[in-house]
Amino acid sequence: MSTGEKYVAAAYLVLFGTLLLYMALIALKVGRIQRELDELTRTARERAGG
Amino acid sequence: MSTSLRNNGAALLSLLAAALLVAGFALAFFWAPEAQGDPAFRIFYLHVPVALTAYAAFGWGGWKALRLLWTRDDRYDLESYVAIHMGVIFGLLTLVTGSVWARYTWGVWWTWDERQLVLFLVLFLFYSAYFMLRFSTPAGPRRARTSAVYALFGVALIPVSFLAIRLAERYIHPVVLTRDPKIESEMLLSFFVCLGGTLALGGALYLVELAGKRADARLRELRELLA
Repeated sequence: MSTGEKYVAAAYLVLFGTLLLYMALIALKVGRIQRELDELTRTARERAGG
Repeated sequence: MSTSLRNNGAALLSLLAAALLVAGFALAFFWAPEAQGDPAFRIFYLHVPVALTAYAAFGWGGWKALRLLWTRDDRYDLESYVAIHMGVIFGLLTLVTGSVWARYTWGVWWTWDERQLVLFLVLFLFYSAYFMLRFSTPAGPRRARTSAVYALFGVALIPVSFLAIRLAERYIHPVVLTRDPKIESEMLLSFFVCLGGTLALGGALYLVELAGKRADARLRELRELLA
């Protein structure tokens, strides 16, 4: 691999790295929203039952 | 726009982005000829579409800001904010990929002598400061209006930054589509496919982020109702 190709690879890796990081952050966020929804559903059910 | 339509829109745009980016990068690497004298030229197919996507996101944020000021409808505040958020991410990617290209071609990561680079950095910093302004003010209509006015001011910088690259008399930043190395039709087609891919990617990320922020807002509302 020539030096020029290494720089090209580095630039493209920056994009894919950022995308992967963004996906990881979104996954964390979806997990948090799911947990909070579960908690709120439980609270709502308790109130409806009690 | 209904929630399901928006979510389907995000899924469709993601698929479109994946297809166009795979096709565009394949064309750029295996079909388009190599530019003479610059083995790192293939960064062009990533750097320029990403920069144009950043401009598009800032422009979209400005449009939503204008809609907010025009209609006083609060939903445009979140849409403008998310668009600017995307613009900053793509702006950062532009700066990083540009730096990698510059390091190989010019031998430096950055040069302050180039007005074009400095103007893009100014645009990026201007929109980065948007978040400081936004989060230093309590949420509400006042913050929405202040943020919208700030976002609109930034839109004026977009043509300045874009045209600076084209109008500069003395430059080392390439102006590939109109001036610098003769661009062949295969290169141009590959470029436009990559541009379509990054625009679709930006659109998909915008819709996903918007859906997340709206879900957060609804959760807050629910929590308050159940408190």
